[in-house]
Amino acid sequence: MTVHPILAALRRHKAGVVLIVLQIALTLAIVCNAVFIIGQRIERLNRPTGIDENNLLRIAQAWVGAPSGDDSASVEKLDELQREDLATLRSLPGVQEVAASESLPIQGMIWSGDLTLTPDQKGIAVQAAYYYGDEHLRSTLGVHLIAGRDFNAGEILHHTIRGTDASPVIIVSKPVADKLFPQGDALGKTVYQDGKAQPSTIVGIVEQLQTPTTDSWGNPFAYNSILEPVRLDGVMASYAVRTQPGREQDVMHEARKALFAANPMRIMPDSWGVQSFSEIRAKAYRADRGMAILMGVVCLILLGVTAAGIVGLTSFWVGQRHRQIGVRRALGARRIDILHYFQIENLLIAGIGVVLGVLLAVGLNLWLMTHYEMERLPVLYVLTGVLAMLAIGQGAVFLPARRASNVPPVVATRAA
Amino acid sequence: MFGYYLELALRSLKRSPGLTVLMVLAIGFGVAASMTTYAVFRGVSGDPIPWKSSKLFVPRIDMWGPNDSGHVGDPPDALDYTDAMALMRDHRAPLQSAIYLIAPSVIPAGAGRSPIPVDGYAVYGEFFPMLDVPFLYGSGWSADDDAHQAAVAVIGDKLNQQVFGGGNSVGKTIDIEGKDYRVIGVLADWNPQPIFYDVMDTGGYGGGDGPGVFVPLQRAVAVNMANVGANECRVQPVESGFVGLQHSNCVWIAYMAELDSAAAVQSYRQYLDDYAREQRAAGRFAWAPNNRLFDVPAYLEQEHVVPSDTKVSLLVALGLLIVCLVNTVGLLLAKFLRRSGEIGVRRALGASRRAIYAQFLTEAGMIGAGGGVLGLLLTGVGVLSVGLVLPARLAHLARIDPSLLMLTVLVAVVATMLAGLYPTFRASRVQPAWQLKTN
Repeated sequence: MTVHPILAALRRHKAGVVLIVLQIALTLAIVCNAVFIIGQRIERLNRPTGIDENNLLRIAQAWVGAPSGDDSASVEKLDELQREDLATLRSLPGVQEVAASESLPIQGMIWSGDLTLTPDQKGIAVQAAYYYGDEHLRSTLGVHLIAGRDFNAGEILHHTIRGTDASPVIIVSKPVADKLFPQGDALGKTVYQDGKAQPSTIVGIVEQLQTPTTDSWGNPFAYNSILEPVRLDGVMASYAVRTQPGREQDVMHEARKALFAANPMRIMPDSWGVQSFSEIRAKAYRADRGMAILMGVVCLILLGVTAAGIVGLTSFWVGQRHRQIGVRRALGARRIDILHYFQIENLLIAGIGVVLGVLLAVGLNLWLMTHYEMERLPVLYVLTGVLAMLAIGQGAVFLPARRASNVPPVVATRAA
Repeated sequence: MFGYYLELALRSLKRSPGLTVLMVLAIGFGVAASMTTYAVFRGVSGDPIPWKSSKLFVPRIDMWGPNDSGHVGDPPDALDYTDAMALMRDHRAPLQSAIYLIAPSVIPAGAGRSPIPVDGYAVYGEFFPMLDVPFLYGSGWSADDDAHQAAVAVIGDKLNQQVFGGGNSVGKTIDIEGKDYRVIGVLADWNPQPIFYDVMDTGGYGGGDGPGVFVPLQRAVAVNMANVGANECRVQPVESGFVGLQHSNCVWIAYMAELDSAAAVQSYRQYLDDYAREQRAAGRFAWAPNNRLFDVPAYLEQEHVVPSDTKVSLLVALGLLIVCLVNTVGLLLAKFLRRSGEIGVRRALGASRRAIYAQFLTEAGMIGAGGGVLGLLLTGVGVLSVGLVLPARLAHLARIDPSLLMLTVLVAVVATMLAGLYPTFRASRVQPAWQLKTN
């Protein structure tokens, strides 16, 4: 079949053709970018935290009437309260391990600082998040130790967050070790934290540990984490609890009761008091999941509207050319020829549409990159989009085209 | 005549129900998607204090210097204690306040009542008149109270309900962190969003009931009621504790000043630069003055308070609306031109082009109205379900109100009539003679 008569016919329907081309182009541009956004969000959601997320709880609370000062008497009193809580939690049935744990990956509360090789903060500086906790922290979180050892009980310090002494020993995540010591000999080396005078010795390296923040400013150091052998003393204290498999709900319930029984002068609101890690995860990525869902809904509506538009306009053309189709049939065209005619016509229009659409998609992506945090659109997304648009065009044109192919040749003999 | 056109339009729409439904659906979905995302955008990007936002200013002082790698050229996001106190002392604006976040617990009187955790702020007395904070009872405290570190507190309405069971509690005593404070004012409902007076700690949005308690900043410092908000340090404090934080150049204090005229703004800028020069002369800064003074809208923009997701969603939804309109243009074109015969007859019988315009735009408007009604329903569903996909602190800002509903219908009808213009133009160009001949 030659394309020439199709082009000649299209020239008589300029407005309709332009509209379909425009619609396909805009749809392709938006859908490509929207699907790319969805892809990025899903990738973010699926980032591993490096911890064993099942059967893990975070318990956070604030004491009431506890000393709020920084003097050593206050600090000792706060530490005593904290150790009592840890003992209470350890004694609960269904609890496997408990650690003092100031924060958890993707939980939100973050303290961060810079690690350097010299105290004057010259040379390589690696930004990292600090996880304060006791000797049980690494094993409670289920983080994989790949070199060195855990903290031992004697190494655990306790002070407020505004303490000024550096910890003599630390455990770092592998990305931190690799950046500071590219030769891979980080274990046993000393580093300096935030320009503090005392060095800290790296006694262990963990494979992977995401930082507590999911905000974009944390992206450059998303897996740079340091374990600090410090029970943080403060009016607020929080604990990580690893439960026996399947006992999460019981322990959540029992822990609240037991802590209040041991010391009622505390605040533990429902919103952040006792949370399972799956709740923390859901909260952390709620906005990302929401954006992905929204973009998905918009894409579905867009594709539906565009497909329906093609069906509508092609049906109109079929109706308009009823008689011509009859003439062609009478002159010997087969039904398949008529079907192909409309299919090729659609392919031509959609072809122009996707070429324009690819340009628009790239343009839109570039614009989003300059104005918002957006990455370059991969070619794969564009190609998939192009194929999908062509397929949708063919799918949408099929019904009207088949109706056209059913026009009997006898129509030619009737008056219009 | 309009009634007649309505009847014609209705008849024509009934003749091809599939096409009609398709157009109404397209307009309805397009408008609803745009309006839902617009409702969210409007909610999060609103001016929190529209009558005054251009008179409220946030100063920034570069106390870290140009070598700070994190802030390439821009001063840090808040003030340190030294500079905030200096600005308060110099008192160059009619109203100003240093602000920091506290989270004390309040212990209700009476045995067996459990303590209440409250979020609040340590501020100066000028905070309340400056931000036009509404009071149910009483008022804020005086400059004298600030100077004497008076044990007074302004409490929110909710805390008033919890502790005193509501009513005028001015003059009553409230136990905050184990110390007695005299209630000097009770706030009416006040929780402006974005939280323009404390972006650093809140990111701009917070659900709940707003701050529950305010105490004089100097009093809070004196009783060691520490900052619970964010702090950022270029150099770690040498001393430990809250006192160490005060003596460091870590930034943790928000600051706002009211400046009523361009001249006042100019002289405040001058003052900030003079202050920085003074500090340089004193050896504290080793660089030329590098200060900023943002009014509230500029400040919210600078801090990227409106999440970019919200803007991108709105843009994508507007794109969807445009596609729906292009779609409608195509379908209307098909629909109108299919009736060339009818148009020919009407024209031959003496109908003017203007009459054809009126008839077909009426039909387009009717589809728009149908799309608008569907759009209303879907917008309602959309806004009510943003809570499923957005964090609560943002979702609760998206509201359905009469202006949103009116806008939804207006956008649907106007957009559809615009989409109907070209098809109507084509319809009006139909040659009556030619139509009559071929038929």
